[in-house]
Amino acid sequence: MRSEVLQLLRLEVALDLRQRAAWGGMLLYVVSAMYVCHLAVSDSLSRSTWNAIFWIILLFAAFNALARSFQREDQGRQLYLYTMAHPRSVVLARALYGSITMLALSLLSLLFYLLFLGSDPMGDASMGPFVASVALGGVGFAAVLTLISAIAARAGNGIGLMAILGFPIVLPMLLAVMRASQLALDGSGWSGTGYYFLAIGALDVVTLTLAWLLFPYLWRD
Amino acid sequence: MRTLWWKIMALALVLAASITALRTPLAPAIVYASGGPFAPGGNSASVIGYRTHFMAAPVRVFLENGGQFVEASSTVVADDTHLTARFEVPVGLREDMSDLVVVAPGHGAMRLFAAFYNPEKGTGAVDGVTDAPQQGERAGFVFPNRNILYETIRNLNFHVPMWFTMMLLQTISFVFSIKVLGSGRWLDDRAAVQAVNASLLFAILGLITGSIWARATWSGWWTSDAKLNGAAVTVLIYLAYLVLRGSVTDLAKRARLAAIYNIFAYVLMLLFIMALPRMTASLHPGSGGNPAFSQYDLDDSLRPVFYAAVLGWMGIGTWIFNLQYRLARIENRHDEERLR
Repeated sequence: MRSEVLQLLRLEVALDLRQRAAWGGMLLYVVSAMYVCHLAVSDSLSRSTWNAIFWIILLFAAFNALARSFQREDQGRQLYLYTMAHPRSVVLARALYGSITMLALSLLSLLFYLLFLGSDPMGDASMGPFVASVALGGVGFAAVLTLISAIAARAGNGIGLMAILGFPIVLPMLLAVMRASQLALDGSGWSGTGYYFLAIGALDVVTLTLAWLLFPYLWRD
Repeated sequence: MRTLWWKIMALALVLAASITALRTPLAPAIVYASGGPFAPGGNSASVIGYRTHFMAAPVRVFLENGGQFVEASSTVVADDTHLTARFEVPVGLREDMSDLVVVAPGHGAMRLFAAFYNPEKGTGAVDGVTDAPQQGERAGFVFPNRNILYETIRNLNFHVPMWFTMMLLQTISFVFSIKVLGSGRWLDDRAAVQAVNASLLFAILGLITGSIWARATWSGWWTSDAKLNGAAVTVLIYLAYLVLRGSVTDLAKRARLAAIYNIFAYVLMLLFIMALPRMTASLHPGSGGNPAFSQYDLDDSLRPVFYAAVLGWMGIGTWIFNLQYRLARIENRHDEERLR
């Protein structure tokens, strides 16, 4: 099982290395969204607005990035994978790869965000919890949206359906990470934000378990 | 007849609870007391009651501050709901705010919390204080009369049962969705979607009753509140469930996809509703630091009515689901015969 997951993970990496344009596309999406915000916002932002805009951009970037994880493969390759690997390995590998992608994407987004919208609101932030909330937020979006992406791909209705199905389900995660990062921006340390990290971790575990349990039913046709 | 009894019971419970909820009078209470800061010395306050009978009884009026009582030196009753009381406020009361307590026979002790501001805090008054007044019996079956809520407290028996019924129907749908994954039967899928339809009906009723209540008490049709966010997410999830069903034409595939989404969404929704009150502030009783209804309702008159309403509405909800399920079963048989 473990080696299978690792092999599938390697397959994902190889596929993405072959399609480097997709990665570039994701980054370009984030950068253009942030540039639009930069143009739209002329004054310096309040801390909570700064935080809110960042999470909204990251949320939509996550929808974009994770929609790919199941929608890029055609019927033939899916059938091939189905005969080769256990569905649970597939969903674990996809969730893992999605998490890695989102981890990188969220940290890169933070970098661009600081570039375009300034770092003034981070004046008295506690850096550790803030960066952790950004990283965990990205990973959490990936955990929740992997199964949704699979359902939307199976329904054959693309990214529109994924947004409708995913939005209410991702809300708990979004609320938890937004609160955690807001608290961190306001300068509260690990003890103040700990509850939220615990909640995010618990949500991750529950969603991954559900995905692991339910995916085999989704996979067979 | 075998399956009729619970439907009759549900109807009877809803009818009885609704009539009682609308007909039961509120307990007499003090709703307003004028008067600025009560500095030590002579102060007078005009007091307005609701459903009180000041004329009929010898009324005693007190201030309570940090467990110490000050009785009014003179009380002038204007009519059943208006009186003026004069206090000789002693020096050195402990707390910032004094409560007003009015004791009248048949009314019990009526209290207006934090009625007067005490500008000069001390370490406790020495002179001019009396013992706590006798509580007195309260007569009759009445609903608690609470600040801000007043007559709208009756809505508790309509608003809250809607959400309980919605949760019950969603749980039924969840169970049928699990059965779909196990059996792959179309009938289970139809049961799941009918339970969701019925639950959305109760969600809409809950939103309407809640919105009206919020307008009356919090002065906004929709407020930012943990429970309201939970309700919004729930409705969005099940609307998304219906959209998902609508976008798949293959019946077997639709049943499976919808079941998977339903199970996933239901579990996350439960977690959300449990964890949410700790994350955001709430104006609802029992969360966000607000006291629960049971703490208000010391005489337990609201409780039996509320439980009857909850049971009755749950019965009605199950009945609606039951009818639609039977209809789905007939349709299913019809389809199968046509295919044969």
